[in-house]
Amino acid sequence: MGLTLTWLSVIILIPLAGLFLKSFELSLDQFWGILTSRRTLNALKISFGLAFAAAIVNLVMGMIIVWALVRYRFPGRRIFDAIVDIPFALPTAVAGVALTSLFAQKGWLGAPLAELGIKVAFTPLGIFIAMIFIGIPFVVRTVQPVLIDLDAEIEEAAASLGANRWHTVSKVILPSLIPALLTGFALAFARAVGEYGSVIFIAGNLPNVSEIAPLLIVIRLSEFRYADATAIAVVMLVASFLIIFAVNRLQRWAQTRTPAY
Amino acid sequence: MIEVKNIVKKFGAFAALDHVDLKVANGELLALLGPSGSGKTTLLRIIAGLDWPDAGEVSFDGENALAHGASERHVGFVFQHYALFRHMTVFENVAFGLRVQPRAVRKDEAAIRARVKELLDLVQLDWLSSRYPSQLSGGQRQRIALARALAIEPRILLLDEPFGALDAKVRKELRQWLRSLHHEINVTSIFVTHDQEEALEVANRVVVMDKGRIVQIGTPGDVYDNPATAFVHSFIGESIVLPVEVRDGCVRLGGKPLNIAADGVSSGPSKLFVRRHDMAIGPAGSGAFEGAVRHVRTFGPIQRAEVALSAGEGTTVIEIDAPRDRELQPGDIVSLHPRRYRIFAGQD
Repeated sequence: MGLTLTWLSVIILIPLAGLFLKSFELSLDQFWGILTSRRTLNALKISFGLAFAAAIVNLVMGMIIVWALVRYRFPGRRIFDAIVDIPFALPTAVAGVALTSLFAQKGWLGAPLAELGIKVAFTPLGIFIAMIFIGIPFVVRTVQPVLIDLDAEIEEAAASLGANRWHTVSKVILPSLIPALLTGFALAFARAVGEYGSVIFIAGNLPNVSEIAPLLIVIRLSEFRYADATAIAVVMLVASFLIIFAVNRLQRWAQTRTPAY
Repeated sequence: MIEVKNIVKKFGAFAALDHVDLKVANGELLALLGPSGSGKTTLLRIIAGLDWPDAGEVSFDGENALAHGASERHVGFVFQHYALFRHMTVFENVAFGLRVQPRAVRKDEAAIRARVKELLDLVQLDWLSSRYPSQLSGGQRQRIALARALAIEPRILLLDEPFGALDAKVRKELRQWLRSLHHEINVTSIFVTHDQEEALEVANRVVVMDKGRIVQIGTPGDVYDNPATAFVHSFIGESIVLPVEVRDGCVRLGGKPLNIAADGVSSGPSKLFVRRHDMAIGPAGSGAFEGAVRHVRTFGPIQRAEVALSAGEGTTVIEIDAPRDRELQPGDIVSLHPRRYRIFAGQD
């Protein structure tokens, strides 16, 4: 107990408290000024907005991938299952370089897309793709065990009661997966918001267009504007707390509706 | 009427059902009884549309059931492990079958509520309607599962080991309850069990299965008193089994002739089956067997005695149930004579 608290304090709480203390060096007006500057606002908007969109995509695609991995037997299934973990294991900078070269104008995917008039690398679209890339395993790995545990009998029960496939999926299977889906979504979202390594290579980092909040923090630090950096950091921190809190509430709500046997 | 004709179902090389025929009359309460792996659950699932046969026909009232999937067959199915929807209340579980009906025939909300209420009353669990399945006991869950299956007014009710996951006392209560419920609503029902007592106590008719085949169909009294094969005799009720040899109409145990008729069993190694309570004890020299009492346990109206038979070269120990009118003591030499017995040719 004591050890747990000490460890948590040293590792998590003290650095966070330091962050808040640092930001108190600013007056409220200065703090507000930094946050409402166009560049900060745009960076936050890009980070949160694209992360949210990427998490939604991951939610849908993750669900489809999980379904295929759990419910179908196909050659190479185990290999695909292992591939899901690559974004977890790959150093983010490596992922960033790989994605950038792939989507650059002469890259394997970038060239055909360029012919269609779609530019991916060095645009917000690139950020979006990098965020999808690093977020997908979170959804897959949280939902997968729950779907495996889901008894095939409840689907048979639904069918024998006259439910068609759509009713079985929408009224029986999805509601059982909701807590896991929410968790996966939140994890993917949180990871995408804070993602740095894999994004900055592909982002192009144009202020106000494709500059993410974590990068802006680094830029401010390198300009020795520590207070500015911490102000942005505090906002991200608070936002993250709010997300975690909201997800916790949602999960609690979903769980009281589906207590385990 | 449900008619199953010549059903074959294979899982790989294993024949789960090997040319099975069965007719079930309307309003019957039928038990499919057999050891695990005998194909009884597979047969039930094929009737429900949850599995498909490799060959054969299934028809309900003359109409080909195999043309329809499970969701179109109007069959109520009750699972051994309940398979309730955990994220729904008891009420919503029971209402599920009514809510997923095609829009054209779906009842309105008030009618659904009334029907669910009626079903919960029927299973006597009306007071649980707003609970979640996890808050119920096993027996309650199974009754809710039954109410849910009945909601769609199924033409047949199929129950797969419905009491298998419950403890002995609840199981006994539910057996009687199921029988009286069937009496009340009279829906054609088939239940699967490996528990012979359950089958004999609940069903009107018992279908005994072994290795993918039906070995006997009959009333509970029939299959108990007149087992068709050695398997049925040993599976239903407890029996004393003795390896005997039939030669020229004479039954021998360990080479020694027994003073009983061979009942037309042809010569060769055979098995003699006697119910424990069908062994009559008499004074020495009067019966088919002689033996020494080794051990006696007394409970209720009977005494259960272990008797070592002196049969030719070897001794065989059997257990018999005797009435308590004559107290047995270890060491007594007794003569035993089977009042009823069956001999089946073959040693397996």
